[in-house]
Amino acid sequence: MHQSILNYRGSRYLWWSLLLCIGAIVAYVIDEPAMPPNGGTALGYTLGTMSALLILWLMWFGIRKRRYRSRVGTVVGWLSAHVYLGLSLVILATLHTGFQFGWNVHTLAYVLMMIVIISGIYGVYCYLHFPTLMTDNRGESAPDSLLRQIQEIDRQALSIASEISDETHEKVLNSIRRSSAGGGVLKILFGRHKKSNLEGLVKEARVEQKSLDDRDVDSTMAFMASRIAHNKEDSGELLRQLTDLLIGQKEKLLSQLRRDLQFKAYMDLWLYIHVPLTFALLAALITHIVSVFFYW
Amino acid sequence: MSDKRYRIAIIGSGPGGLSAATRAAEKGISHVLLEAESHISNTIFRYQKGKHVMAEPRILPLRSPIAFDAGKREEVLEVWQQGVEQHKVNLQSNAEVVAITGEKGAFEIELKNGGKVQAEHVVLGIGVQGNPRMLGVPGEDETIAQYTLDDPDEYEDEHIIVVGGGDAGIENALALCASNTVYMINRGMEFPHAKEANNAAIMAKIEKGEIECFFGADSVSIDKLADDAAQKAELVLNTPEGEARVPCDRIIVRCGAIPPRPFIESCGIVFPSEDRAAVPELSEQYETNVPGIYIIGALGGYPLIKQCMNQGYEVIEYIDGVAVEPADEPLLQAKFDKIKNKPSVSQGLKAIKKQVPLFSGLTTLQLRETMLESDIQVPTTGEYIFRKNDYTNSFYSIVAGSVYIEIDDDDPEKVIELQQGQFFGEMSLLSGRRRSATIRAASNCILIETPRRLMNKLIESVESVKRTIDEAFIVRTLQTRFAQNTPTEDLMKVAKTAKLISYKAGEELFHEGDEAESFHVIRKGSVTISRQIGEHEVVMSYLPAGNYVGEMGLMGKSRRSATVRAATSTETIELDADAFNFLLEHDPVLKGKVETEYKQRLSKNMMMQQQGGGGIISFLVSQGVGEATDVLLIDESLCVRCDNCEKACAETHDGTSRLDREAGPTYASIHVPTSCRHCEHPHCMKDCPPDAIKRAPDGEVFVGDNCIGCGNCQRNCPYGVIQMAVKPPKKPGLIAWLLFGVGPGPGRASRIDVAKDPDAIKKAVKCDMCKDLPGGAACVRACPTGAALRIKPDQLPGYAGKV
Repeated sequence: MHQSILNYRGSRYLWWSLLLCIGAIVAYVIDEPAMPPNGGTALGYTLGTMSALLILWLMWFGIRKRRYRSRVGTVVGWLSAHVYLGLSLVILATLHTGFQFGWNVHTLAYVLMMIVIISGIYGVYCYLHFPTLMTDNRGESAPDSLLRQIQEIDRQALSIASEISDETHEKVLNSIRRSSAGGGVLKILFGRHKKSNLEGLVKEARVEQKSLDDRDVDSTMAFMASRIAHNKEDSGELLRQLTDLLIGQKEKLLSQLRRDLQFKAYMDLWLYIHVPLTFALLAALITHIVSVFFYW
Repeated sequence: MSDKRYRIAIIGSGPGGLSAATRAAEKGISHVLLEAESHISNTIFRYQKGKHVMAEPRILPLRSPIAFDAGKREEVLEVWQQGVEQHKVNLQSNAEVVAITGEKGAFEIELKNGGKVQAEHVVLGIGVQGNPRMLGVPGEDETIAQYTLDDPDEYEDEHIIVVGGGDAGIENALALCASNTVYMINRGMEFPHAKEANNAAIMAKIEKGEIECFFGADSVSIDKLADDAAQKAELVLNTPEGEARVPCDRIIVRCGAIPPRPFIESCGIVFPSEDRAAVPELSEQYETNVPGIYIIGALGGYPLIKQCMNQGYEVIEYIDGVAVEPADEPLLQAKFDKIKNKPSVSQGLKAIKKQVPLFSGLTTLQLRETMLESDIQVPTTGEYIFRKNDYTNSFYSIVAGSVYIEIDDDDPEKVIELQQGQFFGEMSLLSGRRRSATIRAASNCILIETPRRLMNKLIESVESVKRTIDEAFIVRTLQTRFAQNTPTEDLMKVAKTAKLISYKAGEELFHEGDEAESFHVIRKGSVTISRQIGEHEVVMSYLPAGNYVGEMGLMGKSRRSATVRAATSTETIELDADAFNFLLEHDPVLKGKVETEYKQRLSKNMMMQQQGGGGIISFLVSQGVGEATDVLLIDESLCVRCDNCEKACAETHDGTSRLDREAGPTYASIHVPTSCRHCEHPHCMKDCPPDAIKRAPDGEVFVGDNCIGCGNCQRNCPYGVIQMAVKPPKKPGLIAWLLFGVGPGPGRASRIDVAKDPDAIKKAVKCDMCKDLPGGAACVRACPTGAALRIKPDQLPGYAGKV
């Protein structure tokens, strides 16, 4: 029932694309131009024109995707065609060059195009690979979003903390302010987040930590544990709840959220190469086309 | 209280009562207006601050001494208050009526405050909201107990007890617990009457200890505490663990309202049926069966403000002996003018009563109302009324001429003729499903098309209408679904033995291993078919309305081979084994057909068992797909979370996305986002005062422009897919955004900040399945990876088998 971009309508655009490529290869093989094969032969011009038009059409996908009232096919159909026909450019454009490369604007356009295509292939890989990982990361179905669940825990933690003491309330508040997810690209991809868990409290707890037997215990946990152990009032149960919330549940959710954002970032990141380089390619392509007129 | 006898006592100062009282004052008739609260128009008074009150239906002229126009709640109430003062209405506030005795010319009205009022005539305009139920314990007074909660943010750091485990109580407790200490008192051990989402939210709060709930607790008394105590009072409870005392500053009692019906009945007024939606029968002059007592407004079945006000005016005229033409007369006349000889309204109504037996049991007022909302159609010969598989659900009666039902898809000349006085369209009306046949007009045909809501109201409040339609439904179902070759007389005999049975969601029709005694045709709702495998009940298949179950037991074995369970609120026609076999014996073709279907179903079930698609069916049914006609599903293994579906929805629908992609549960990578299921019997349609929610011919349930923004649909939707939203300003075009970054991007509507713009009018918005876009649902068309798709319930077993 659900069809991916690769098998959309029995992969019809794969067949279109293959047909196009085979046609181009056959033409290239049987063509016997007066000069060595290059962009200037009749076939070269034909392949070049086709490739240039194809590039413009591929770029139009960015518009079509956002034209929500458009009746011209569906976006999944367009993307399927975008992928397969985009891949066919590898053959069409390469044959157009006649395998003549050099340090010039023509080859620059070719190289940019290849980078765009390769980034696109990586994009397809991401699109097929990460969604399942994202679902698995979410674990059992949670009707609420991770962010909302975390906000909910923060709220609970604050209300518990305020029952213990003003000092604890302030520290928990600080910890909430520190806990982060998202941010810059590098931060998301490599997961360099500040330890969200009560760093202010941890420092204070260092001294007490030494008195604890289990050295492997995480420092925050140790702090909380020590607070519980040394607690003079009746707030032991509340502290236990706070520990459970902030260290048990919230950290798990935070790491889930970070992984979620990480996967999402992978699926977005390649576009930061794919799209700007497409525009660079367009500039190079125009230069390439304009400049070849000077050869005449 | 004075012993003076008034000519007219008007009870309730809503729009109807106010209009009546001002008219009486204007005419110098001695009157009294009795209002239970300290202010006028309590229902509107309790609307949230600044709420826009609408004046639908626009075409209806207003006839009242007090003005009314669409506007803010405060403005409307202000104008009415002025009207009361200007006309010197004899208003008695805080005068709750507890009993009406006596007879026309000498009624005695007993007030709760001990007072008595004498009146010759009584006009009841008390609406349907009822009075809030009180705790009824010693110490309960307004200093500590309240029965509404207008603004939860008004209270901070208080100890508040919320009594009542319904949605109102739960929602109050949830809203208050952010900045207060909240206790809940619930009579039951759980919250069976709450919406799923409220139930989950309150249980989570209780589990986390943020709200303390006393289950199985009864209130005993309220004891005031000393002035220097931390809290004002203590609520004494009787709990399963013994007596408990809960200190508090405030008690919010949300134990529902006492419906006005028992009070009305105590006045001697008769309701035609036990049904909750039933309204008392009224004469054309709004008089009840008790001479001298009149009912106007919502209580009589007219929920819109303008209708109430017009009736208020008219009822005073009628009591005063003036025969005014009802305000809606010109509207009705316009309808009758479609008929060639242009009968007057009274001639037309008389003719309908005479020629359509179904409507002969209606009072003239009921028929007036029916005709006001219905449409008279005069189709030309051969014109199609509706076609098979259309999704319309209105109901047609034949006033004159006849229509043809096409019974063979391939041969339009094979028809059954329906004559004057008969009706059609009841199948879709009752099942909520597509039209089962094509109907075309024969010659000289005059039809009445009655909308679904009104027809349902008639079925619920007029017993004869219900009985006639039910009988016809059974015969026609048997005729079209199975026994096309059996003569109608034989079918009538079979139909007599058939029973209509209702099942709640989850209830069993029959159990695996039971003796097979009967079979069921599903007329409304849907069922799942499951078998016990090991320790688990595994769902094998799913059948929507229009199908039948139980024939396997009757045909082959004598024991049920599977359990059949209602997936949603379901109604079936049950036929016993004898009737079933009678049908089979008389129709060899049918026998062959049932046998073939039996084999097909058997092999399908076996396939499903092998593929294990039953888990998906169970999951989807638990998500309300059982009552859906079209549901959006997302395959999370393909979804790249780009939210292009939401953006597409917002872009094509005034900037507000009607779906929330991320919210909603997931099972085996199938995600059910928060989006409209377009239910067969939409919950949102149930209580829409202007009847603004409609079903389009292709099945889309949509909100029309005449929405008054009351929010009933939002509250009634169990899936949380309706929002109240403001229409945002126009955005610059896509290219301007792409190239120059002008304005918000696709899907990012510049939302009006309602707090900043109190005049912004909020209306209900929901998925309309992009019925006005030629290409179909934008969410699915905009999905770049093929993850989103929409399925209909009939496709469910096939879908589950393939995922």
